[in-house]
Amino acid sequence: MATVRKRALRRPELDLDRFRWLLGLVVPAILVVLWHVLVTVGVFAPHQLPGPLTVATTLYSMAVAGELTGHVAITLQRVAAGILLGVSVGILFGAVTGLYGLAHDLLDPLFQSTKNIPSLAWVPLFLLWFGIGEGAKVTLIALGAFFPVYLNFSTGIKEVDRDLLEVAEVYDIGRLESLRRVVVPAALPSLLVGIRGGVGLAWMFVVAAELIAASQGIGFLLSDGRVMSRPDVIVGSILLFAFFGNLSDLAVKGVQRRVVDW
Amino acid sequence: MSSTGDRDLEPRGGDGADSDQPALEVSALRKAYGDTVALSDVDLTVDHGEFVTVVGPSGCGKSTLLRVLTGLEERFEGRAEIDGSDVREGGSDDVGMVFQEPRLLPWATVRENVAVGLDGPDDGRVDDLVSQVGLEGFGDTRPDELSGGMAQRVSLARGLAYEPELLLLDEPFSALDALTKYEQQDFLLEVWNRLEPTVLLVTHDVEEAAYLGDRVVVLGDQPGTVERVIDVAVDRPRERTADGLVPVRESITDALGV
Repeated sequence: MATVRKRALRRPELDLDRFRWLLGLVVPAILVVLWHVLVTVGVFAPHQLPGPLTVATTLYSMAVAGELTGHVAITLQRVAAGILLGVSVGILFGAVTGLYGLAHDLLDPLFQSTKNIPSLAWVPLFLLWFGIGEGAKVTLIALGAFFPVYLNFSTGIKEVDRDLLEVAEVYDIGRLESLRRVVVPAALPSLLVGIRGGVGLAWMFVVAAELIAASQGIGFLLSDGRVMSRPDVIVGSILLFAFFGNLSDLAVKGVQRRVVDW
Repeated sequence: MSSTGDRDLEPRGGDGADSDQPALEVSALRKAYGDTVALSDVDLTVDHGEFVTVVGPSGCGKSTLLRVLTGLEERFEGRAEIDGSDVREGGSDDVGMVFQEPRLLPWATVRENVAVGLDGPDDGRVDDLVSQVGLEGFGDTRPDELSGGMAQRVSLARGLAYEPELLLLDEPFSALDALTKYEQQDFLLEVWNRLEPTVLLVTHDVEEAAYLGDRVVVLGDQPGTVERVIDVAVDRPRERTADGLVPVRESITDALGV
């Protein structure tokens, strides 16, 4: 065989590249230092913006007192349950509308228009329906997680390469097998993009839910901090949201990279 | 639609035929898309183990013909049978197809791509085919790491995987550069020699049609119909520059009206 064999060689990664992500921390670090300096010299009044050390101390003492764990745990639990519910329903409706034109024409306009309703608008209705308990919050979060998953998965399935579907048809793979072997893998990248968006929105919706009707959770800490005039608690809660939001995004990104490796 | 009597093309004396039926028999085939007639009065018979090339200008319905034979187009008039069974009634199950582009599943390995049409696990056969098409050691490679020529050979192996009665190729080399194209043509002939499938290859390349085929079927355009069938009486293995190919090429271009 006189054929040239080309094989894409992966370049051995340079050691320096492994630490490249640290560059992303430079600007935030500078901002924290700047924040500290500005508060210390009195540009910001401490009762409006406490310094970073104050915030850290507050979080630390709450953690030591065992107060923080409860708030964080309940928020994580709500977000997880909401994501689970929202993603499952999103996959279900995404699959049905992606596969069946009739289902798409019936349901897609509805979903497309409801996705534009602001999250906070749902809160009073959900409180009325589900009461002040967990149901309302989880449903609200699920609603947030649902839309990106639904939209991306449905589109992903509809836009599976016609050429590949023809291959499945020519080789008589059968409807179910071609779903399993062609359609689902082809739509998987879109699904993961949707899940990533859904997880992001879940965090947005949990704040909405907890700000308004909760006696526990990071969102409750936020509003409690306002009531008690504790800006350190408010900033601390924002940082907690930032931390867990980023953590969950990194986790989904990790799954994404692992699953979509072609 | 009388069947056997006045066919344009009689099968060449088939040696090694596994049944009485020709591998492919098309008669009075007509396919229209709305008012546009893509194919009209197409008659064609391909015997077992034969290598037939179909050549025609773009838009003459070459690809439509292959789509009919693979069962992708179910609405047409006339007959199209693979080894005696209608393509609409399971005949197309016996057809392997190599598309113009490799059309491999990007998330699947070479081995999985080759095995796509197979029912059960059949590793021995798949591995064998992978090496038959010169990709030994690439079984676990993903398509994005292959060159265009290699990817097209995976597609060829996939087409051969379940030993189809008929292997169809739709301008399989047209996307390759000239040198790779020559290599792949010779490679296809080599595989054909070894595995002896029945081959119907569609091309717009006159030289390719003459070099590869036992017979060349020239399609005219609008609507696509058989203009002429030319026997290529040149012994294999052939030289590209063989004297015998010159008159073949001439009569192809003549039939095409070029």
